[in-house]
Amino acid sequence: MDLQAPGGPGIGSPAGGAVPPAPPALHPAAEADTAALDAVAGKAALGYWRRAWRRFRRDRFALAGAAIVLLLVIVAIFASRIAPYDPSYEDPNGLTMLGAPLPPSPGHWLGTDTNGRDTLSRIIYGAQVSLLVGLVGNGLAGLIGLIAGSLAGYFRGWVDTAISRIIDIFLAFPVYLLALALVAVLNPSVQTVIGIIVVAYWTTSARIIRGQVISLRERDFVEAARSLGQGELPILFRHIYPHILATLVVYITLSIASTVVFESGLTYLGVGVPHGTPSWGGTISDNQQALTTAPWLVFGPGAAIMLTVLGFNLLGDGLRDALDPYQE
Amino acid sequence: MLLYLTRRLLWMLLELVGISLVTFVLTYLVPADPARLYAGPHASIQTVQQMRHQLGLDQPLWLQYVDYLWRLLHLDLGISWEFHTPVLQAILNRLPATAELALGGVAFELLIGVPLGLLAALKPRGLIDRLGMGLTILGISTPPFVMSYLLIYLIWFKLGLFESGGYGDPLPLYLFLPALALGLSGAAFYARLLRTTMQDILRAEYVRVARAKGLGLHLVVLRHALPNAFNVLLTQLGLDIGFFLAGVLVVEVPFSWPGIGRQAWEAISNLDVPLILGTVLFGAVSILLANIVVDIAYALLDPRIRYN
Repeated sequence: MDLQAPGGPGIGSPAGGAVPPAPPALHPAAEADTAALDAVAGKAALGYWRRAWRRFRRDRFALAGAAIVLLLVIVAIFASRIAPYDPSYEDPNGLTMLGAPLPPSPGHWLGTDTNGRDTLSRIIYGAQVSLLVGLVGNGLAGLIGLIAGSLAGYFRGWVDTAISRIIDIFLAFPVYLLALALVAVLNPSVQTVIGIIVVAYWTTSARIIRGQVISLRERDFVEAARSLGQGELPILFRHIYPHILATLVVYITLSIASTVVFESGLTYLGVGVPHGTPSWGGTISDNQQALTTAPWLVFGPGAAIMLTVLGFNLLGDGLRDALDPYQE
Repeated sequence: MLLYLTRRLLWMLLELVGISLVTFVLTYLVPADPARLYAGPHASIQTVQQMRHQLGLDQPLWLQYVDYLWRLLHLDLGISWEFHTPVLQAILNRLPATAELALGGVAFELLIGVPLGLLAALKPRGLIDRLGMGLTILGISTPPFVMSYLLIYLIWFKLGLFESGGYGDPLPLYLFLPALALGLSGAAFYARLLRTTMQDILRAEYVRVARAKGLGLHLVVLRHALPNAFNVLLTQLGLDIGFFLAGVLVVEVPFSWPGIGRQAWEAISNLDVPLILGTVLFGAVSILLANIVVDIAYALLDPRIRYN
């Protein structure tokens, strides 16, 4: 995945990315001018986002992705109203006379599982934990990546070397095996899964942000801010971060797709979301011995995972095309 | 080139030390007392103390780490709590199966991914491009363990082809489905990667020159574009081999494949921490080595890297 510098606010004009003109005054008193500068930048930013929205609206695949993601969020939030049954309710009539799961029927649209629980209800509730883990895990990993990546990219030198080497070390770990080790040492819980996701994913965001900051810090408008006497932190927050925002949003969207696969895999292996919580990976591992007799128990949650991943991937690709008009 | 090599190898050593530091810290987070585990449940306090001394657990932490590094240098990854054999031995016993699966997976990645990517790149927005890229999105969106069950159900159970299980039969029918499950998502990724790379290359000036001097499209692709695109593929391929050799749990488990990943997974239920951490370390080294091989191959193929 290579994310290039998006045309951030202020450089959004297609005519070669006109940077807001730096005031000619080099005197520290020129601080006052930054207000005017921001006004220009703010106005340009509005135009940038509006243009991005227009591009996004025309992209059918991106809209489909957004619809899928929206649907999932609604399903997760209103799971208790949408699901026909309580996910842990073991229907006394939920198994055949021989004790096998019920096939799909009007009473149970996706049949029942090996414990006589309604499969559809478990899949609906499973959306909650997948989205929660994906959002929180990626949010935290993105935050750590943002801090580490901007430190490395902005200050370069030994800071960069140290952080980059730490990233390399983390990237060398086989993540599923590392998760096994962590769970053997800690205990399986939602927090542990989030922790594993942070450990496995902060490196990618740190690398992307480092690359972005390196290219941005050499740009004229950062040079201008520096010569106006702005401190390092204000430069990062006011001049560099707004340009990274779009990249970060795109990256996190695509990364959620990848963490949904990762989390369901961990849960499938029994080292992810604990057993009591309804989850897609857990439903598959609980029922995989019924694969040939009750395939819906494996492919129902499997389809939910695929749909989620597809939704976030389409949305992420669409966002990238919309937010970064310069790429291709 | 020699300078580049030395620097790269030195960094690798440093990274190895970093990795060992992480696994060392992890052994310290284990809730169980290793001295008690080794001494057995009925051992007296004296015996446990003696065992603690024997294991060096009464030493200062840094000394224990140095000791740990020293043992790693002698390829001593500890003793498996479950098998009572050296961890390295347990891993090496299962490595052939993992390697077999890795090779099969890579073969499918290339056999499916390269032709699909090439055909899509040559006729952008053509039928193969649209259909193929749609399928690759599905391939990338399917987790390997779901893909495994999909193949077991559709191809083995419904069509009665190949085998699910039966590792070690004289005729390697058992390899087809696991290798396909492992290779499919990679193949989808390769197809997309090759498609974008080829499209970029076909727009490059040297391709235009070759076309301008009257060379046919197929010859240009074969002689000029493809060798350059393979550099990109090679990188990915090297990294994949490193990852696959670390043991792909999400394919080994659904197929009950006797590889190192599943062995580590089974070790969870016995809390065999030395075996799990040994496999982690083994996997990390395999990924690191794959990285360095790729870097060196890349530097050999592309002189621009060496002078950077």
